[in-house]
Amino acid sequence: MKKYDAIVIGGGHNGLVNAGYLAKAGLNTLVLERRPYVGGAAVTEELLPGYKFTTFSYALSLIRPDICQELNLPEHGMMTLPMPNHFHPAEDGRFLKLGADSYENYHEIAKLSLEDAEAMHDFGHIMDRVCHALKPLVDMIPPNPQSQEPEELERMAEFHAIMEGMPPDVQDMVQKLWTSSIAEVLDEYFENDLVKGMLASSAIIGSMCGPRSKESGMVWLFHKMGEYDGIFGEWGFHKGGNGGFTQCLGRAFEAFGGTILCDAGVDEVLRKDGAAIGVKLSSGEEIYADIVVSALDPRNTFLRLVDPAELPEDLVKHIEDFKFQGSAAKVNFVLSDVPKHPNHEYSSEIFRGFLNVGPTFDYLEEAFADAQEGRFSRRPFIDGCIQSTIDPDMTPPGKHIMSNFVMWAPYHLKDSDWDTERDNLGDAVQETLNSFFPGFNDLVEHREVVTPLDIERIVGIAEGNIFHGELFADQLFFSRPAPGWNQYRTPIKGYYQCGSGTHPGGCVIGAPGKLASMQILRDREKAAA
Amino acid sequence: MPKTTPFHPRTGPLNHPQIWENWAGYLVAPQYQHSEISEYYSVRNSAGLLDTSPLFKYKFSGPDAEAFLMHAMARDIRKCKPGRAQYTVWCDDAGYVVEDGVIMHVSVGEYWLTAAEPNLRYFRQIARKKGFDVQIDDITTDYGILALQGPKSLEILQELTSDLNGVGFFRLAHTKLDGHSVVISRTGYTGDLGYELWVPKDSCVAVWDALMSAGSGYNITPMGLHALKMARIEAGLLLLDVDFYSSRYAWTDAQQDTAHELGWGWMFKNLAKDDRAFIGREAIEAEIANRTSRHNTVGLIIDWYDYQEKHREAGIMPPLEGVFNEGTMNIYKISDTPWEYGGYATCMMYSSLLRSHIAIAKLPLELCEPGTEVDLELSIIRRSVNVKARVAELPFFNPARKTARE
Ligand SMILES: Cc1cc2nc3c(=O)[nH]c(=O)nc-3n(C[C@H](O)[C@H](O)[C@H](O)COP(=O)(O)OP(=O)(O)OC[C@H]3O[C@@H](n4cnc5c(N)ncnc54)[C@H](O)[C@@H]3O)c2cc1C
Repeated sequence: MKKYDAIVIGGGHNGLVNAGYLAKAGLNTLVLERRPYVGGAAVTEELLPGYKFTTFSYALSLIRPDICQELNLPEHGMMTLPMPNHFHPAEDGRFLKLGADSYENYHEIAKLSLEDAEAMHDFGHIMDRVCHALKPLVDMIPPNPQSQEPEELERMAEFHAIMEGMPPDVQDMVQKLWTSSIAEVLDEYFENDLVKGMLASSAIIGSMCGPRSKESGMVWLFHKMGEYDGIFGEWGFHKGGNGGFTQCLGRAFEAFGGTILCDAGVDEVLRKDGAAIGVKLSSGEEIYADIVVSALDPRNTFLRLVDPAELPEDLVKHIEDFKFQGSAAKVNFVLSDVPKHPNHEYSSEIFRGFLNVGPTFDYLEEAFADAQEGRFSRRPFIDGCIQSTIDPDMTPPGKHIMSNFVMWAPYHLKDSDWDTERDNLGDAVQETLNSFFPGFNDLVEHREVVTPLDIERIVGIAEGNIFHGELFADQLFFSRPAPGWNQYRTPIKGYYQCGSGTHPGGCVIGAPGKLASMQILRDREKAAA
Repeated sequence: MPKTTPFHPRTGPLNHPQIWENWAGYLVAPQYQHSEISEYYSVRNSAGLLDTSPLFKYKFSGPDAEAFLMHAMARDIRKCKPGRAQYTVWCDDAGYVVEDGVIMHVSVGEYWLTAAEPNLRYFRQIARKKGFDVQIDDITTDYGILALQGPKSLEILQELTSDLNGVGFFRLAHTKLDGHSVVISRTGYTGDLGYELWVPKDSCVAVWDALMSAGSGYNITPMGLHALKMARIEAGLLLLDVDFYSSRYAWTDAQQDTAHELGWGWMFKNLAKDDRAFIGREAIEAEIANRTSRHNTVGLIIDWYDYQEKHREAGIMPPLEGVFNEGTMNIYKISDTPWEYGGYATCMMYSSLLRSHIAIAKLPLELCEPGTEVDLELSIIRRSVNVKARVAELPFFNPARKTARE
């Protein structure tokens, strides 16, 4: 009989982080991954010989710096390449290109609005202070307000101390982002539509909300909490794509003595007397452990891997109502060259960071309106990048691979289905790119369309939601994934959760994995005492 | 007017910020783009192309060239066979380091050396005093030097020549790039896979163009001095006038170091079997025998959590990006006596790659054991604050590809 100290179901980045910490603490830990390789939504796949696709996730920012230290990730090859600039084209051929020099950015924005150029600094400063103040919340196990345990009261006190310890202007801004749309926030600081459009994109990524929806402030803030070398809101490309990063995590885990088993889908968590005792694989094989961690989304964790009839009704109800409603797609291209913008001379520069196709609130709202009608955006928002302009290991020399993250592509289509619409979506994205970069079509050598249904089928995430559930205020912190169950435990003893559907939430961030491991190890210590 | 290097017709227009630094009287680019960190990463991810032409360059030839170098240099030049290069130092009679540099045995009996400071008179005087029949020429302006550094450097060169196949670490190749003769050594100042190219001055522009075009599919990136300086700290390579001074212009002992004190004791491992009478030998032997080294040069890794904590206590974000300091920073012993002086760091930076603040430090031997904890004095909002740091071995970063035989 195979028995481990701990089994982690799902070799996504959170499962690997969680397993890494458990192994580091000395637990004999097994990661079970359904696919032939680990990484989950953060994989790099050589779909054509020599061409590395970031099929899903493509950039890195939120990964918790402490995790990189504690799992020795630099030693295992972690390397995040900086993005020297970002490009935001307008529909009339103008553009904003922002880079590493703040005065150059000032003059670039000043072409549109002198006041906005200055506002960028003011806004940047308040947002840095907001992120700094909130950072401890991202990195803590959230309190459980339903509990009167001394430990929980202490956590609650810590939470209040953080919230009330903020300077008033920071508090106001947090309050505003928590409850209002990004449009309301940006309207207070900026006047130019293009500037606002460029800043708004993080508010709609992966989410069923437009810049004028009240949920968008929170989604935006969540993304802002990421950092590159200590600069909030900055992103990088992991060497070899985000899959390169999860490969590092896998090596780190193995270096701590852990075991990874791929092609090993789990059908069920085995229970006995209300406690987890192991898992049953799709192959029928059973593997045992007293600690079983689900790194899948809440729907899988609570409704599929175990029998919901054994769980409290209110929890089941909450998970059933948890909003997934995946709304993002990817369209990835092999290109014979870097696309040219009619008004920018150095084309390869444009794509070394994010290409932000979503010029204004109006453009975004129009695209979002399509999604509300149950169809994909005919003129979508696109977050594009060409990592091969920086990282020569992505393609053969001279060729390029372009990743395009596309909003909105609602999982639930009103009058069609995704297998029918796949190529139509691909065409819409290609046409949109071609309108901003005339001649784009001629560069396309190959195209891969990833629909929300593909995300669900391949990665296993319910409704293909990239965050394992919307990042809306009512699905965060105290309620992620459900009130009373926001601390990585489940009603089944020894059965834990550590996917993106737990606090703090989605993105390649690792915090759910790490915080869950802290909870697991603490519970274990207590049980031993 | 400052001088320009033979690559200037190309580097000039590429210098986007149009900021220039004075290196030995030449204009060189500290950076070509605003994002210095992008330039830095070219060395670890693709390939950086750097103009190091301002280095002083000397040629040694004639019947006594070998005998002269056996005497003037602290390492044995006889170990540097034709087609090889050697990293060496030259010391004064007291065993203090004058300078360090890479010497290449370009062809039988002919050696080329790079140095940070003028050394022609220095070497010629030694030759005259000792009566060596050696010809020493300053060939500084005859050649431009390019460093092509990074994991893709070999592949880029292979687009232009097959003569680098099998050329090992610290080996040379004589080859032609786009029809222009160059001497290439597998050396560099970045601690990565990399090459340095000696290009006759009239070929410089053509060779630059050939490399840039061969490297276009590999993200070849013109790279300035700042990026180089970041890479060299990670590589644990010392820099004159930052980590040490030349003994030639020192006023007191406190301004100079022996080779052992700079962490170069490894150069003298086989001293017992070495029969040369080289300059400084007696002093170095005495230093070894009497253990008189005042300090060693080691790495420091600043404690991540303490760094975060001390800045958070001060109410600010801990600065990471852009932290780079080539000034002296004090180090204190961790003891019951506050501020008990331990030694000093000569440079400190945030390494984005290693995700740590790292420093090069000179510490008394009892503090040099890797893992030893010390306090490094930082200035946080204009206040002196001690942050915990741990002694580490140099280099901080040492990828297998640097020395790999393909
Ligand atoms: C298209 C797309 C683009 C994105 N872009 C970015 C981005 O650029 N930057 C960013 O930070 N975030 C991005 N995200 C979000 C981010 O990638 C995810 O939030 C994160 O990777 C989720 O990690 P996880 O470990 O929680 O879960 P997952 O990555 O979903 O991992 C779950 C794992 O479990 C496995 N699995 C599923 N079912 C079973 C089973 N029954 N048995 C065994 N194994 C199973 C899956 O194969 C998978 O490996 C993107 C997501 C998507 C989908």
